Amino acid sequence: MIKTQNVTFSYSATQKFHFPDIDCPNGQTLLITGNSGTGKTTLLHLLGGLLQPTAGNITINNQDILQLNAAKLDAFRGQSIGMILQKSFFIEALSVLDNVVLASWIAKKAKAKAKALSILNNLGLKDHVHKLPSQLSIGQQQRVNIARALINNPSVILADEPTSSLDDENALIVARLLSDLAKEYQSSLIIVTHDQRLKSLFNHQITLS
Amino acid sequence: MISKIAWKNTWFKPLNTFLSIILLTASVSIISILILLQKQFEEKFSSSMDNIDLVLGAKGSPLQLILSSVYQIDAPPGNISYTEAEAWMNKPMVESAVPLAYGDNYLGYKIVGTTDNYTKHFGLKIQQGTLFAKDFEVVVGSNIAANIGLKIGDTFFGTHGDVEEGEVHDHHAYKVVGILAPSGKVADQLILTNIASVWHMHDHGHEHEGSSEEAHNHSEEAHVHAEGEEHHHEEVNPHEGKEITAVLLKLRNNMAKMTWPRIIPQNTEMQAASPALEVNRLFALFGVGISALTYLAYGIMFISGVSIFVALYNTLKERRYEFALLRITGATKFQLLWLVLLESIFLCTIGFILGIVFGRIGLYFLSVSSQEEFKMAFDPFEFLWKEEGMLFFATLSVGIIAAIIPAIKAYSLNISKTLANA
Repeated sequence: MIKTQNVTFSYSATQKFHFPDIDCPNGQTLLITGNSGTGKTTLLHLLGGLLQPTAGNITINNQDILQLNAAKLDAFRGQSIGMILQKSFFIEALSVLDNVVLASWIAKKAKAKAKALSILNNLGLKDHVHKLPSQLSIGQQQRVNIARALINNPSVILADEPTSSLDDENALIVARLLSDLAKEYQSSLIIVTHDQRLKSLFNHQITLS
Repeated sequence: MISKIAWKNTWFKPLNTFLSIILLTASVSIISILILLQKQFEEKFSSSMDNIDLVLGAKGSPLQLILSSVYQIDAPPGNISYTEAEAWMNKPMVESAVPLAYGDNYLGYKIVGTTDNYTKHFGLKIQQGTLFAKDFEVVVGSNIAANIGLKIGDTFFGTHGDVEEGEVHDHHAYKVVGILAPSGKVADQLILTNIASVWHMHDHGHEHEGSSEEAHNHSEEAHVHAEGEEHHHEEVNPHEGKEITAVLLKLRNNMAKMTWPRIIPQNTEMQAASPALEVNRLFALFGVGISALTYLAYGIMFISGVSIFVALYNTLKERRYEFALLRITGATKFQLLWLVLLESIFLCTIGFILGIVFGRIGLYFLSVSSQEEFKMAFDPFEFLWKEEGMLFFATLSVGIIAAIIPAIKAYSLNISKTLANA
């Protein structure tokens, strides 16, 4: 679960964001929409601890992440937050499987190979685990990202425009998959998007302005 | 796992890696060859020099005298009279004296007439057989026995001079009676016999040049000698008119070491040269060349450092997403720093290992050709832990210095900005 209170952030004196409070319990999906420049990605980075807010509280799993020092925050991020980004990034030199296993090693110092295989299997990537990421299609790459985000059973999954590079069919498949997985893994799922196609799928929505 | 990423990354851009490794390999192999060459060269020179304070020989270049008599590399400057040399050999200040008489070779290996003092002086051990006792009996060095397969009981004809292609003395055959144990000294490459063998070989040759009648007389004379007169004859006037090439001297007295090089040329037709002095001069000459090559090799290593730096720095831009990704999955800044450093360290380690291997291969071929030309072999399998260990640290330092700026850039990457601008 994830909660925020009165979070504000400013890049400069003139550009100030004041974000609405968020409360997303485990297993639920929250859609955050808004036009470009309304701070969607900024909010997501704040929630992921990549940026420090100027004021306010962010609580994940009863831990105020603003109280953590840099090293502890890195460790906490690895264990409790799974991030899915707009573009698919990989360690290009590692296979699909190793890319997923890597996330478990960094967070927990243990290689969850069996678990990685089973998640990739569930996501229909069974035949691709030993390929390099660059050999997959964009849709497949996005699914590998999802597998990587899920490998550590995170409390929170943060997805930044996960469907914007996908066609209509794949966008709906990925969105449903994410929300189903969030339920299955009892994670809070926050999707930040301007993708109109997703608005009809989720009940809980916040619109930034 | 970080090391796995670093390792995979090293091979993911094979062209960059290849360039850096080639440069590193070149510099490390040159330096390791030089280190080994210099050390083994000096060792060979110094070990053969043991116990020789002065060398007595014909006037001429002292370095030539030392090279020819102590190291068997150059041709000797000329011959000296045995009687004149004996006057100095028998002085009380002389602890031991080893006369040397050259003349012939077998397949390019020098045949040296000497006394048993030679083996005592250099502490040589007979591995098989015995030391030469009679004329035309020889003891061969271990390398010769191994290289051309001479065994005890084998006979061979010497060739006049110091090159293989000279006139063959086919009237007397040398007989192998012993093989020396390997010593790492020049004796490994020598055929030792007594001085009289060398004299006889050449007396005979000269008389052959006379009329056929004389030759006939001589052969009758030889028969008579063989019956016992020759021995008597030599006792009465053993070395009159005979020549040798040089005498290796060990002196009891430091004063003599200082003064003889001056006194001897003033009073005789000979000179006395100090091996230590001449070899130091030689090393000083070599040293210039070796340090020039060493600077060149370090220059190449510097270039390889620059190449690693450029390769790492160039890929930073495309790799910043990779770094951001590692950070959002929980990697610390320090792990990114380590990742970049590790890639460079891998390159350097591979370059170092290949350099050491290729250096050995190079030295092996160098040794083969130097053995053919100078009868001097080098051991490519020797490992100098100290020098080559220092070389390893130098290589690693180059890698770490080359990677430090890219590593710090990775360390201080702003993830939020990187991802927002993706």
